[in-house]
Amino acid sequence: MEPLLAIAFGVILAASAYLILSRNVLRMVLGLILLGNAANLSIFLSGRLVGPTPPIVAAGIDALVAGAANPLPQALILTAIVIGFAFVSFVLVLVHRAYGALGTLDTEAMREAEPAHEPPQPTPVTSPAPRKEAA
Amino acid sequence: MDGLILLLPLMIPLAAAALTAMLWRSVRAQRAVGVAAAVALLVAAVTLLVRVLDGGVVASQMGDWRAPFGITFVADRFAAIMVVIAATMALATTVYGLAHDALDRERAGFHPLFHGLILGVIGSFLTGDLFNLYVWFEVMLIASFGLLILGGSREQIDGALKYAVLNLVGTTVFLIGVGFLYGITGTLNMADLAGKVPLAENRGLVSATAVMLLAAFGLKAAVFPLFFWLPASYHTAPPPVAAIFAALLTKVGVYAMIRVFTLVYGGAAEWVGPVVAVLAALTMLTGVLGAAAHYDIRRILAFHIISQIGFMLLGLAVWTPLALGGAVLYIVHHIVVKANLFLIAGAIERAGGSYQLKDLGGLSRSQPLLAVLFLIPALSLAGIPPLSGFWGKLTVIRAGLEQGHAWLAGVALLVGLLTLYSMIKIWNYAFWKEPPEGAPAVSGLTGRTRLLMLAPITALAAVTLTISLWAEPFVAVSLEAAAELLSPTAYIAAVLGSPAPGPTVLGALP
Repeated sequence: MEPLLAIAFGVILAASAYLILSRNVLRMVLGLILLGNAANLSIFLSGRLVGPTPPIVAAGIDALVAGAANPLPQALILTAIVIGFAFVSFVLVLVHRAYGALGTLDTEAMREAEPAHEPPQPTPVTSPAPRKEAA
Repeated sequence: MDGLILLLPLMIPLAAAALTAMLWRSVRAQRAVGVAAAVALLVAAVTLLVRVLDGGVVASQMGDWRAPFGITFVADRFAAIMVVIAATMALATTVYGLAHDALDRERAGFHPLFHGLILGVIGSFLTGDLFNLYVWFEVMLIASFGLLILGGSREQIDGALKYAVLNLVGTTVFLIGVGFLYGITGTLNMADLAGKVPLAENRGLVSATAVMLLAAFGLKAAVFPLFFWLPASYHTAPPPVAAIFAALLTKVGVYAMIRVFTLVYGGAAEWVGPVVAVLAALTMLTGVLGAAAHYDIRRILAFHIISQIGFMLLGLAVWTPLALGGAVLYIVHHIVVKANLFLIAGAIERAGGSYQLKDLGGLSRSQPLLAVLFLIPALSLAGIPPLSGFWGKLTVIRAGLEQGHAWLAGVALLVGLLTLYSMIKIWNYAFWKEPPEGAPAVSGLTGRTRLLMLAPITALAAVTLTISLWAEPFVAVSLEAAAELLSPTAYIAAVLGSPAPGPTVLGALP
């Protein structure tokens, strides 16, 4: 099972890298979603796939039974999923606004903040400004 | 009691964010809460620093779960210094923000987001748990997204999109690195990791996680070649937001880098030093050359953030107590100076009507006080003695020369010279030359606005002058902090070694 999940992690990571490198913002967001899923899968895998038994300590026992699942990765992934969900929602709204405001989804065409043509340079200051003589 | 001192700097911004969100309808009440919270935060932060300087590392376990299992908060000298400096910046920008009568921005949630940002920054400084650090990064990130697009101009949305996507990639790479590290060692507590990472058998995988964390923190800190989000977005934010971003966000990346590579990896990844040295040199050069090409004050300043990050990384690259001490001192100096320059940029815009150097001029005559206040951080940034930047650069460069990194020292000195060029450029065009034809004659920098804008600028300039002229105690504390970073036995003992109570055993339900 582990090798299979490891390969799946690699494939998802590769697909997300491919999508993030796209110039289309929407594909970039899809890439981000995949990247988040790859991260969650890697944490799940790091916690080892021990067994299907729920990690609950029954009454009267001090420790988990052998073969119980590792609860820590589940807690980490749950946190990461919630955070990732919030971010993806935010970025999607941002993309929607960007499409409305800028009229494009092509990153090369989004040059509002960094215009391709900078404003003209000021004339060089050659010497200190001459003092205006008081009349 | 120690736990309270340690956690108050977190509880205050958290309470302020919640309270200002509840007072959504009244901007006046939000402002009052904001100022009160910023003052309280500074008091709490100074209390923490005094406690750490007196009694060493403070650690606290959340919910009384023993150290490697629960979440730990911990403050050593470096962390406490960073908390104090972050609190100072929060207060300065809060006061400055009052002058920016941007009611629509404040109605759209400026205050809750601002305190959320401070919460994320201070959480990142104080946490002792790697996954918790990821969570604080995300708290900081979501607040910064909100702050960046307040106002919603086309420019801001464009900048925010690039900022958001690149930073999300960075934090996700961090998360994958954390997952792998957990897979190797079975722990996420940084003090525990410090003991377990050197014992790991699979050295290749340890190096792989180190590369992932280096890339993720490097992206946060705007290190070459991962800096593109910074000059794309910072100049689109309103002045108080740009100032707090410039002061704190990249420095959290530098902090995390120093913390993780001194504590978790210790000497376990020897290749880090040379790699960081090359990255630092390229970061310094790219930043300063980018600044030389621009004629918008905010964009010049944004590129200089990148260049200064290189100086801080020199400490990690050279890896001696002197070098790391210099880096700590440099971070403190840089945060104050850089935030102040962004605040001054806002005041210049208010007085001269533009950020473009070609539209400005004559401010040395119309705003002589602002001109003097500009020169202090500007010359300090360039490292002119006896200002604070000089002491930071002197320490870092001397440490580099002692270790035989002559080329690094040479690059650092060249970058200092080019920094001076950019600062003189702003001085010449904005302050010295005649105002251009048809420039607006009426200055917006008058009365209450002038007071509220110049007061924090003057206060930060006073902090810079204090570090400059009374450098000895600051250098001493920085060197102590560096010594603590390089031999973190006290840190590890404070987190793991305290006689922890046994786990509470829940009895059977009746």
